[in-house]
Amino acid sequence: MKTKLPVTIAFLTGIFMAFAYFVERDNVAWVRILYEELNQNNIVLAVFVLFLGVGTLLIRHAKKIRDRNSDSIYSWVVIVSTLAVAYIGLFQTTGESIGANENFQWIFNNFQVPLSATMFSLLAFFVASAAYRAFRARNTEATLLLIAAAIVMIGRVPIGAVISDGLNLTGSFSLPAIAEWILDIPNTAAKRAITIGIGLGMTATAIKIIFGIERTYMGSGK
Amino acid sequence: MIFNFLISSDAFFKADHEVTLIACLLFMGAILYTLAKARRGADLYIRSIPGLDAVNEAIGRATEMGKPILYCPGLSSAADVATLASLNILGRVAQRVANYESRLIVPHRDPIVMTVAKETLKDAYLQAGKPEILNEEDNFFITEDQFGYTAAVNGIMVRERPATVFLQGMFFAESLLLAETGNSIGAIQIAGTDAVHQLPFFVASCDYTLIGEELYAAGAYLSKAPDLMSSLKAADLIKGILWVLIVVGLVLTLLGNASIFEVFGK
Repeated sequence: MKTKLPVTIAFLTGIFMAFAYFVERDNVAWVRILYEELNQNNIVLAVFVLFLGVGTLLIRHAKKIRDRNSDSIYSWVVIVSTLAVAYIGLFQTTGESIGANENFQWIFNNFQVPLSATMFSLLAFFVASAAYRAFRARNTEATLLLIAAAIVMIGRVPIGAVISDGLNLTGSFSLPAIAEWILDIPNTAAKRAITIGIGLGMTATAIKIIFGIERTYMGSGK
Repeated sequence: MIFNFLISSDAFFKADHEVTLIACLLFMGAILYTLAKARRGADLYIRSIPGLDAVNEAIGRATEMGKPILYCPGLSSAADVATLASLNILGRVAQRVANYESRLIVPHRDPIVMTVAKETLKDAYLQAGKPEILNEEDNFFITEDQFGYTAAVNGIMVRERPATVFLQGMFFAESLLLAETGNSIGAIQIAGTDAVHQLPFFVASCDYTLIGEELYAAGAYLSKAPDLMSSLKAADLIKGILWVLIVVGLVLTLLGNASIFEVFGK
């Protein structure tokens, strides 16, 4: 029963959602209502589970503080900031939207946004180190990648056109045109092949889950 | 309207989804056919996937070094098929980790995925016969914020210095931040994603990368269960059909007949 009930729910829900995808929901009321209801339930479930998630986060850090972990100062930061933001968001919000809560918005704009921007900006340095590693001409394939990447990078910036003019490369032989060709033809072909594989893999996994062939995700893998 | 005979109103089914519906039914039929064949004991050959062959070696290395293994199940929700595929891989990886009695750290961005992973881990350790060594505190939620999660996972990598890092599932702009940090600590990294735009970053920074469909094949590949492997053969069958259709489309187009695009445009 512990396995059969979830598998049955997954089967019925999966079949219905697949069916609803093909139905003109605006014309078929019962399909539309059930479809919207299931999506709403998903949101309700997410809210409940979020409490569980935040609970495990707080417990984990509380234990670190209790155990006098060497990094427990960060656990204090997590607990205090989580509770403070939750308090400001839950108890200082008047009206319908949290957007009107000035304190909450101040925290968001002055902590959340710069911290996220800092993490994102690190990407520039990591791209440089990854590119250096990827473009080392260790073998034939890596050399081809290096040449293609160099052409695409130069061809996509204005200096590419200037270099082409200087070398008297015109029309299809200019660097911008070659860069465009690399992106549009071999690159798109490879991407489409990968996309077809992904589509088939995704559909196969979905079918296996709907029919209960694949159950590892619910802790009943064989 | 192919399906008008089934219904009273011609607006019941979406007219532009006919080809998709036929393709889905065809694929479903192919899976059921290969499943029946697999259950009759047919030999299902699957090509070698180096990234998955390296799983045992990567876990063994972490065990020998006395270091933990970090498994990141992606940043998407449980509604994403890539996340479910990642959880399937997590189950197989956790069984091996339990056998080696190593430590497995699984940080989450989505609390639903965390809850599902908890069950997956419990079952994996139970199947390995070692439920008592599962540390549930190592399966935890961090935050739903993309870069907050990334910062936390990078911090875990730098402090705990895992010997093996699995990055499996759906990733976005943080893929390179995670993979490069893993690379900087000298961990063996096995990545897998169906996010086409993130694949080059993983290829550049990780030791092994499961490209697209390999992520979905991983669960079946690691388990070697005929029921699961049958879907891979079904996908190959459909790929064969697609290949024929592409060649037919190419020939027809070269002959000046583009009608095939009208059919498959639906």
